[in-house]
Amino acid sequence: MNAVAATLRQSWVITLRDLKHWQREPWTPVFGIAFSVMLVLVFGYLLGGAISLPGGGDYLAYLMPGIFALSMMFGIEATMSAIANDSKKGVTDRFRSLPISGAAVPLGRAGADLMNSAAELAVLMVGGLLIGWSASGSVAATVLGVVLLLWLRFAMLVLGVFLGLAFRGEGGVTAVQVLVWPLGFLSNVLVAPESMPGWLAFLAQWNPISATAAACRELFGNPTGITGGVLADHALLLAVLWPAVLTVVFLPLTARAYRRLSR
Amino acid sequence: MSVPPLVARGLRKRYGDTHALDGFDLEIEPGAVHALLGPNGAGKSTAVNTFATLTRCEEGEVRVAGRDVRREPAAVRASVGLVGQHAALDEILFGRENLVMFGRLYGLSKSAAAERADELLGTFGLRDAADRKVSTYSGGMRRRLDIAAGLIRRPALLFLDEPTTGLDPRARNEVWQTVRQIVDAGTTVLLTTQYLDEADQLADRITVMDAGRVVAEGSAQQLKRRLGGDRVLVTAPAHADLDRLAAVLGGRADAELRQVTVEAGQDGGAATLTAVVRALDAAGLEVDDLLLRRPTLDEVFLHLTAKDGAGAGAPGTDAPGTAAPADDTEGALR
Repeated sequence: MNAVAATLRQSWVITLRDLKHWQREPWTPVFGIAFSVMLVLVFGYLLGGAISLPGGGDYLAYLMPGIFALSMMFGIEATMSAIANDSKKGVTDRFRSLPISGAAVPLGRAGADLMNSAAELAVLMVGGLLIGWSASGSVAATVLGVVLLLWLRFAMLVLGVFLGLAFRGEGGVTAVQVLVWPLGFLSNVLVAPESMPGWLAFLAQWNPISATAAACRELFGNPTGITGGVLADHALLLAVLWPAVLTVVFLPLTARAYRRLSR
Repeated sequence: MSVPPLVARGLRKRYGDTHALDGFDLEIEPGAVHALLGPNGAGKSTAVNTFATLTRCEEGEVRVAGRDVRREPAAVRASVGLVGQHAALDEILFGRENLVMFGRLYGLSKSAAAERADELLGTFGLRDAADRKVSTYSGGMRRRLDIAAGLIRRPALLFLDEPTTGLDPRARNEVWQTVRQIVDAGTTVLLTTQYLDEADQLADRITVMDAGRVVAEGSAQQLKRRLGGDRVLVTAPAHADLDRLAAVLGGRADAELRQVTVEAGQDGGAATLTAVVRALDAAGLEVDDLLLRRPTLDEVFLHLTAKDGAGAGAPGTDAPGTAAPADDTEGALR
């Protein structure tokens, strides 16, 4: 019990450090939000008119939960580059030379990042409300939707920390920055998979972020663009399971990479 | 006798095909500065990282204050400070905030961490810069803050991995001053460096390492004597004069360079230089150039590794003050 309390205390010190970064250099989170807003404008207004939904419904109302999920996923880059930067500069080695728990640094980073994500979500949701999106579900359902989004973000954080430790070079960060695009777009966040060719639709519907987007659409009372398939019945369950699976797989790998990190 | 701050026996560590450590031994005495001197890639950082529990060796044993690095890493971490090769600081935080953060991670309360940070900022002359982002610090200031961060918990043993690499001479002097302060305060320091000069200035004892092994060990004086002393280089005005010059000075002639090398005796380079000038004067000889040279680290290593390659092993007990054999020195001079 004492060890847990100590770990949490150490994590909090790291959380404060990351929050101070954003306070002092707010451009990273501000650009993150600006980027999501840009996607809403491009897809909602520029391309949205040409997109029709299977099962009908307003495209903007369909798009917003997708953008929420996508912005959760894109957080992976910021986490990865922050972690990679720390290990390159030797800060991680200093952390490792301290008598602290190995979980404290990733947990602290996760704490700060979740607060940042919650703020980012709040801004996006208010923005969505201003342009006509709304959540017509119950308050409890809406809160559950937000929790699922943050749950996805947590899994992405764990993955980001792992990638940051495992692929520290510039190339690693760039590769992930490029790869998140096809991985993010090959889902239901922007376009309904049912409008895609069969094999593509299959991949898109099994994309972890599709589960979260579909579950949020259900919970927020937005059009889902789904008339059949696995997400029609099990979106909520998958939105809980997918991040859990990612966490269970990558948390031990992260701990291992952290312990083994040495030049 | 008390437990030594650090004992390492038979360390071996491989990265792929290269042996970073290849049967490395070390023992440090308390309250002194011990320097690990070696070229890039000699295995200095690997050794320090092993001592600080960051890296594990395939073979060998390390005890820090009697505690096994493998079996009790947490206890070891609590008793040592590590200042790595790159200034491990948060660039966006202020200097003070960095120290407070590391203090809190060491388990100090908020107020205790703030107090200790203040104290260290004062000691290392950083009080004026305390509330500025580290990204605005000069190289020397960064290094001092970095060292301060390693001292927060008043470790019995501090590791300094190449503390002055990349610093200008002025910043280097500041860091040297800092290291002397630390030792005066009773901390044992293990320092790695590529600079003979630095080891000479700071260390009570020097271990020279190359290719993961100890090639020599002793005080700066002992090593210098062993590594061959100063030499005076005299350039003859013409090739015809070379033999006569060599005979008069008792030196070794090099026809290609038109140069005579005179090894300095026990009294050192300056005395030899004076003797050379007197001899030239007495013989009425003229010369083109006259130069006093100290052995560079490059020469030292060429010398030591060449010897090692021939005789293999037998690394360092205290080196007797024997002069190097002439042919060896020639190889080193080249």
